[in-house]
Amino acid sequence: MAGTLVFSEQREGKVKRVALEALTAARTLQSKVGGEVAAVIIGDQVADEAKGLTAAGAEKVYLAEDPFLHYYSSEGYASIIADLAKKLDTRLILMGATMMGKDLGPKLAARLGGPFAGDCVGLEIVDEGMLVAHRPIYGGKIMSTVKSRQSGFQVATIRPNVFPVEKQTSENTIRIERITSPCDLSSLLAQVQEVVATASSKVELTEARIIVSGGRGLKGPENFNLVEDLAEALGAAVGASRAAVDAGWKPHSYQVGLTGKTVSPLLYIACGISGAIQHLAGMSSSKYIVAINKDPNAPIFKIANYGIVGDLFEILPLLTEAVKKVREG
Amino acid sequence: MKIAVCIKQVPATESKIKPSSDGKEIDRTGLSYVVNPYDEFGVEEALRIKERLESSVTVVTMGTERAEEALRTCLALGADQAIHIKDDLLRGGDAYGVALVLTTALMKEHYDIIFFGKQAVDDDSGAVGIHVAELMGLPHVAVINKLDLKPEEGRALASRQIEGATEMVNIKLPAVFTCQKGLNEPRYASLPGIMKAKQKPLTTLTLADLGVDKDAVGAKGAKLVVDCIKAPRVRSTGNIIDKNPSESVEELVRLLRDEAKVL
Repeated sequence: MAGTLVFSEQREGKVKRVALEALTAARTLQSKVGGEVAAVIIGDQVADEAKGLTAAGAEKVYLAEDPFLHYYSSEGYASIIADLAKKLDTRLILMGATMMGKDLGPKLAARLGGPFAGDCVGLEIVDEGMLVAHRPIYGGKIMSTVKSRQSGFQVATIRPNVFPVEKQTSENTIRIERITSPCDLSSLLAQVQEVVATASSKVELTEARIIVSGGRGLKGPENFNLVEDLAEALGAAVGASRAAVDAGWKPHSYQVGLTGKTVSPLLYIACGISGAIQHLAGMSSSKYIVAINKDPNAPIFKIANYGIVGDLFEILPLLTEAVKKVREG
Repeated sequence: MKIAVCIKQVPATESKIKPSSDGKEIDRTGLSYVVNPYDEFGVEEALRIKERLESSVTVVTMGTERAEEALRTCLALGADQAIHIKDDLLRGGDAYGVALVLTTALMKEHYDIIFFGKQAVDDDSGAVGIHVAELMGLPHVAVINKLDLKPEEGRALASRQIEGATEMVNIKLPAVFTCQKGLNEPRYASLPGIMKAKQKPLTTLTLADLGVDKDAVGAKGAKLVVDCIKAPRVRSTGNIIDKNPSESVEELVRLLRDEAKVL
């Protein structure tokens, strides 16, 4: 038993950055896991993306293409990967903790009878191939270290933005093998019939490198444009505190924190957010935190790298202009 | 419709959580407990279905003595009966073991719909509901924020929010759904509801009652064990700027560009 299989998630024919992060993580663990680092990509007409996975560290790419795989299918994807993992006698299966990975990972682990570690921020291999994973629990209030008790079919999802991406410099030859689904994809009991784009945010919160979030300090939904303008200047995603969501200023998909999204961007800018424990739990693993708040005693300042005590209605427009100037060079 | 809702009792979300002295679990001193908030959306959805279609709602939990409170809360909200799986041998189990036990209990009846929360806010694993669907051989849709039942066609249309889009899934019943905030607005228990809850049937089952192999679950059967837990890395306060607005912004931009190198 050996080898790592990385599920290379693609949406609309584009491989997600977190899949490349997973490939890099797999290469890092390779000497301990043994065997090859292989990638599996599933979809409809995604062969071009399969080639790119070699540069990101895959020694072999398995490609499953089918018109019925145009949309994600829990059963279809799990059948294909489980079949492949059994053939390869795979030790470790990695994927991103995205909406797809959070669905597929547990399904696959149960199908293969393997352990599942979700939303990992650190991975190690000990004792003859056993996975040790570090994962935040209690919404980030506690860091847990879990250890696998079996060395085969271990499934882990990794939190986006935590693991680095390192491109391979050597010119590997592309080894792509086509695989097919072991089950009839046309008659699955659950099928995605439509994917409707939500215009809400251009950059997805959980995958964003920079996030600008607004809270009660904005005083009303009409002032969220101050946050959105800064986000636009930074190429950032827009988030909101629970208070702002509960007040109906933004839909739930914007909520950062417990009962919302847990995020780990490079830079998190909290505007008018006091920093309730539920909010801090969801964003305190960000690399850099900036707080803008008029209350110098707001808890958010306790965890901020940089803070401005002041009126966000004055600060935000100035900051947006300053960022634009820097960005324009 | 025969509906089951699997729930978990968890520490209230505003709780301060600290590791215990041995670093193996959390310090439970002074904690108050609630029904996992995402499970409440499952209970509410089940009750709303019951209001439209003739249905029975069974709540199921696995947990210590204390977890009975969570079941009574759901009965007070309007669930018809409760199943409490309680056994010391379940301690130290992983999500797969929990799923195995729940699957055995759920297979004893025929449920058309089984609800879970999208994850429990304690271990944040999000695996049990999906594991159960897989072990039962049922289709599932995870993290739903809308459910449109078509009982006469034996199917449902479920929506789930994915990155930047909504996925609409057509699914045949019986099926498993895990619930996300936004699915509905959970109700509060009424006083008559709380009174009635005391009389509603609550069955307690052990592993032996269920016929589950004790070596396959709990600490003994776990495929994944907790090695240790600790408080997350403490962030210390950094540079707090308290100047006039334009000076503050200038200073912040300089720090972000030159020190953090994120601009």
